[in-house]
Amino acid sequence: MTERVEVRKTHKLFIGGAFPRSESGRTYEVTDSSGTFLANVAQASRKDARDAVLAARAGTTAWAKATAYNRGQVLYRIAEVMEGRRDQFIADIEQGEGVSSKKAAAQLDAAIDRWVWYAGWADKFAQVAGSSNPVAGPYFDFSLPEPTGVVAAVAPQQPSLIGLVSVIAPIIVTGNAVIVMPSPVHPIPAITLSECLATSDVPAGVVNILTGAPGEVMPWLASHADVNALDLTGIVDAGLAADLEREAAGTVKRVRGPKPDADWSATPTVSRMRAFVEVKTVWHPMGV
Amino acid sequence: MTSTALDYSNADLRALLLGLPGVDQIGAEGRVAMLGTRSIKTSSKVFALDLAITMVDLTTLEGMDTPGKVTALCAKAVHPDPTDPTCPSVAAVCVYGDLVGVARSAVGDRVHVAAVATAFPSGRATLPVKIMDTHDAVAAGADEIDMVIDRGAFLAGDYLKVYSEIVEIKQACGSAHLKVILETGELKTLDNVRRASWLAMLAGADFIKTSTGKVTPAATLPVTLVMLEAVRDFADSHGRRVGVKAAGGIRTAKDAIKYLVLVKETVGDAWLTPDLFRFGASTLLNDLLQQRQRMTTGHYSGPDYVTID
Repeated sequence: MTERVEVRKTHKLFIGGAFPRSESGRTYEVTDSSGTFLANVAQASRKDARDAVLAARAGTTAWAKATAYNRGQVLYRIAEVMEGRRDQFIADIEQGEGVSSKKAAAQLDAAIDRWVWYAGWADKFAQVAGSSNPVAGPYFDFSLPEPTGVVAAVAPQQPSLIGLVSVIAPIIVTGNAVIVMPSPVHPIPAITLSECLATSDVPAGVVNILTGAPGEVMPWLASHADVNALDLTGIVDAGLAADLEREAAGTVKRVRGPKPDADWSATPTVSRMRAFVEVKTVWHPMGV
Repeated sequence: MTSTALDYSNADLRALLLGLPGVDQIGAEGRVAMLGTRSIKTSSKVFALDLAITMVDLTTLEGMDTPGKVTALCAKAVHPDPTDPTCPSVAAVCVYGDLVGVARSAVGDRVHVAAVATAFPSGRATLPVKIMDTHDAVAAGADEIDMVIDRGAFLAGDYLKVYSEIVEIKQACGSAHLKVILETGELKTLDNVRRASWLAMLAGADFIKTSTGKVTPAATLPVTLVMLEAVRDFADSHGRRVGVKAAGGIRTAKDAIKYLVLVKETVGDAWLTPDLFRFGASTLLNDLLQQRQRMTTGHYSGPDYVTID
């Protein structure tokens, strides 16, 4: 019997629910921890970033209007779909990060659990972040969180999956859309995740994944007038982070600063969700 | 000027139009696809964006148009980007006949006012009604008239009816420019587009326009290529330059630039002026402005920085 021809993968970007090649046509090679070829991965350009912003803007319009309960269901569905791809995720993490399959499985479990954790928050966050405010007048005064809009984020280098999920989930659970740059060195779990997102009722454009160099693409997103916030969690280079923050100031974006070596195994707090919402306060006349 | 309707009989027109060489559809599609891939360098893009803005007929043709909406549109036509005084005005505003007066008093003589007439968009009315419609718009201050041809008569082969209607409307226009809408989406073939272009030009059209914007497909690159070729050949044989207006479905600056490349490569620089090439559009202007802001500020702009029409 003849030997089967190996299928060598060339992964693409994830923009607006579709998997386009980079507009620039560029790809780069991703290797495992010992330097063996794993796959070719698309290298996003500024034009891909621009397309992703258009897709994200369209995505957040519908997603922000969905009920919180519905968003929670969709997030839970992502966890379900990931559960069905256990073996692929474990192999991705194991090969990329060079960890044991046991450690890789533990990271996958944590990532799936993180979706479930945030899914639970979907219809509870407004009660925690919102308030009814005592005011000196005949008004019922209340505040509630609304999504900021389009968020550009950089996921941490490692751990490649739980770090990515921990950045995406709190942004989208409140109704934002995200353009995320996963770890350039370990992008394969992000690509597998995009395949899960495409088949789990997440509306097109809510999550957009751009593989490539954050140093090249993020400045365009930081200065883009239609991006509302930056999450610089995964930025290691302090100079780049400062530059991005300066660019973001031009259009008064919200910025969450770098935290590349956070402990992603710990149970999160609501702080990431709080970072990407705007508080709307309503004064409702009373007793008239 | 006397009617020239008797210059041709229907048999003459049939012989002339059906004798035009056929259009190679695959070739036309291939040519526009090839021209569409052309890379436009930064300085050319800056030029193209400003040129495209000056070529826009800023259009609102809805049943729900109000005087307020038309006034707002006129303000935008004169100063498309209020944050940047170097941004040029558009070519014209394009409205229904009853709103011409509102538009004219809002823009003064700073941009043209185009009115759609002749029972737009279907064209299903009798000739006296169409002529009245045209007189009415011209009297209210329109200096450009966008008429629709009788597609039913054209498809039935009654070219003389289409021809004489255009001649009559041209007379009714007086000094106003006449744009003849072919509604290429209903003509079905590129051969018909070529014939209708020639028919309109022979009857005295100042512009030939692709579509009403109410029928899909509206303007496409292959259709515009065929019309530009007709205009070029007509200028060669009759010595008169006729303009082309691509209307409907052009929404992005990128698309607009593809049209400009097509114009340059088909009829040459002489047509790269608002006097001879126009875009009929509403949302296109916002994208042109965002791309223009991108060039002036160095960063991408967003829909929050242009007006919602």
